[in-house]
Amino acid sequence: MVAGVDTRTGEEAASDESPRPGPREPARPAVSRPRSWYLLPAALLFGLFAAFPLVLVVFLSFTEWEGIGDPALIGLDNWVRLFGDQRVLDVTGTTLLLTVLCWVTQTPAALLLGVWAAGPQRNRAILSSIFFLPLLLSTAALALMWQRLLDPYFGLATELGPLRNLLGTGTGAIAAIVFVIGWQYIPFHMLLYQAAARNVPKVLYDAATLDGASRSQMFWQITLPQLRNTIITSSTIMVVGSLTHFEIVLLLTNGGPGTATYILPFEMYIRGFRALEFGYASAIATVLVVLATTVSLVIVKFSGFAKMRSTLEGM
Amino acid sequence: MSTLPRRRFLGLVGAGVGAGLVGTTSCGTDATGGGDGGGQMQVWVLQEEAQNVAHRVALDHFNQGSDTKARLVSYSNDGYRDKLHVAMGSDNPPAVFYNWGGGSIRAYARDDLLVDLTPHLNEDQAWKDRFIPSVLDAGQIDGKYFGIPARGMQPIILFYNKAVFRDVGVQPPKTWNELLAVTDRIKRAGIIPFALAGGDPWTELVWPEYLVDRIGGPQVFERIAAGEQGAWRDPAITRAITMISDLVQRGAFGDSFASVRWEGAGASTLIAQGRAAMHLMGSWEYTNQVTDQPEYAANDLGFTDFPVVDGGTGDPKAIVGNPTNYFSISKDTPNVDAAIKFLKDEMASDAYIDAWLKAGDVPAVTNLEERMDAATDPEFAELVYDMVAEAPSFQLSWDQAVERHLAQPMLDALAKVFLGQLDAAGFVKANEDAS
Repeated sequence: MVAGVDTRTGEEAASDESPRPGPREPARPAVSRPRSWYLLPAALLFGLFAAFPLVLVVFLSFTEWEGIGDPALIGLDNWVRLFGDQRVLDVTGTTLLLTVLCWVTQTPAALLLGVWAAGPQRNRAILSSIFFLPLLLSTAALALMWQRLLDPYFGLATELGPLRNLLGTGTGAIAAIVFVIGWQYIPFHMLLYQAAARNVPKVLYDAATLDGASRSQMFWQITLPQLRNTIITSSTIMVVGSLTHFEIVLLLTNGGPGTATYILPFEMYIRGFRALEFGYASAIATVLVVLATTVSLVIVKFSGFAKMRSTLEGM
Repeated sequence: MSTLPRRRFLGLVGAGVGAGLVGTTSCGTDATGGGDGGGQMQVWVLQEEAQNVAHRVALDHFNQGSDTKARLVSYSNDGYRDKLHVAMGSDNPPAVFYNWGGGSIRAYARDDLLVDLTPHLNEDQAWKDRFIPSVLDAGQIDGKYFGIPARGMQPIILFYNKAVFRDVGVQPPKTWNELLAVTDRIKRAGIIPFALAGGDPWTELVWPEYLVDRIGGPQVFERIAAGEQGAWRDPAITRAITMISDLVQRGAFGDSFASVRWEGAGASTLIAQGRAAMHLMGSWEYTNQVTDQPEYAANDLGFTDFPVVDGGTGDPKAIVGNPTNYFSISKDTPNVDAAIKFLKDEMASDAYIDAWLKAGDVPAVTNLEERMDAATDPEFAELVYDMVAEAPSFQLSWDQAVERHLAQPMLDALAKVFLGQLDAAGFVKANEDAS
């Protein structure tokens, strides 16, 4: 029964309760929940750095603005242009391709490494911390490092023979971006899976061992189902994250070769900072926000994550 | 049309959107903003150690005799313009900043953010006369001076490795057909004919710039820059792009040029090591080689004019490139007077000129002949000086000359020409679609 939609009189509501036997619920102590002003710092920060810029960007998408001077309202012009822009369509395609490739490569690798790292093996702790290192470096530094490493004449790419022109081919450049993003972020997702895998009750494995299950059977029948919620969390972070990669493209491929690695955030940057069309760039930014929000909502909705059912139910 | 109070709006945007974006891309050495408090003014330049030696000479000299201390702040080429744009839109712009003239400051001049130097130059004729008029004028926007030449003149020059040419037994090409013949012979010798950092398409732009000028003269691009209808359809454009496609197909740039980025000096190292034979690049290539590969710069670095194209109507003496870089002054800083004094006292000083000459640059000052002895390579300095002095036209790089929103589509289309994904008709169409 929700307050506010309850239109019955107090008497009716009371009579509804009365036949129910059992002890009365004890009254909650008034101090058990933080007062609402505790929210203030977080709400202020969120408002200032997330909500307000978001509103501003939506506003800017209805203006023409060079980044300096005064934005001039131009109505729906940017939006009309956006929906007829073949280039934005191509770029969105590349963005989705990159997102899918990132998920497909990172999830299995992170899952396997995480499950492995949760185990009791010798040297596990040392190796795990080494695997973790790339996450600690800044993306800009990583991108520049890989850019040098992939130089066809002076980098490690020289060893690749005919494949040394990796960044010079559309497929190669996308592969390189997927690889470097994976290299940086797999450790993070590995950490999620490691923590989750440690939480799987040992009794499940003990019982399975008694029943004569093999290791791979245990992985498929116990570990994987137990990690379901973590897979969803990790995938959401991964997919939404893939929609916002920017530095890596700017520094590793500069959108090239040609326009093969233009993705939406990069296109937004080009439109804004290189072409000084901040209004149009804001329209692209708004699309990105809507896209990322929709995708994460869809993941949560169709994975049953919203119900937050514990994987330990029935234990 | 409706507007917001500008300063307040910009402050908000600067805090919320721009700063976060740019913070990730630029590699600032020290300061993060353009703060000019406490008798200090910032001078923003690119992160180029070889060139900044000269700027330091000017700053040190200025600081000795001034209460306001100038401080050099450098940012990497990749992030410099974004950083500058955010700073110019804020309440805290740099007092003096390095720019490319033309499109790089047009928006700031239109928005009245820059000090108009015209009255100061007219007031002090001796100061004005210190700079080569064509180069000083190239920094004008709508007939007003907003920049003082702050480094060498940068025509695009055909560099070649003398040792490679000697070994293969060829001479520097004088015509396009000779260039094709030389290309084929060098390629047969297993050497890359032209070094090219094709990962950054602006390095490819030097080819159509020169070819179009040689084929049809400077007016072909002037019409494009002026935004004339159908200007891209000039037959000179089509012919130039077709010639470039042919050159790429001959393997003139090797098979991996699209993976080479400018930052990291991959292309320059290739020619210095003799793995590539030629490099069509700005005069800054010479400055970089003097610093990075001094042995090559001293012994084997050769340079010549861009070849003549048979049947072309352009003047063979015409040049393209960056007339120079400029220092401009922000109007909204507390140190405008000190900044003007800095430009007046230091930009044509003997010490500054000598430092540039020593670094391999040829500053855009008059009577440079007297100081040529200070140059590391007087022969090169004279070549550049004479090139500019004799040139009937000095075409500003296309990506700087066109309106900002047309530059990227042009570069993208050109990159696709080099990748073999677009032909001349496709290139013309891509540029027309953008405008």
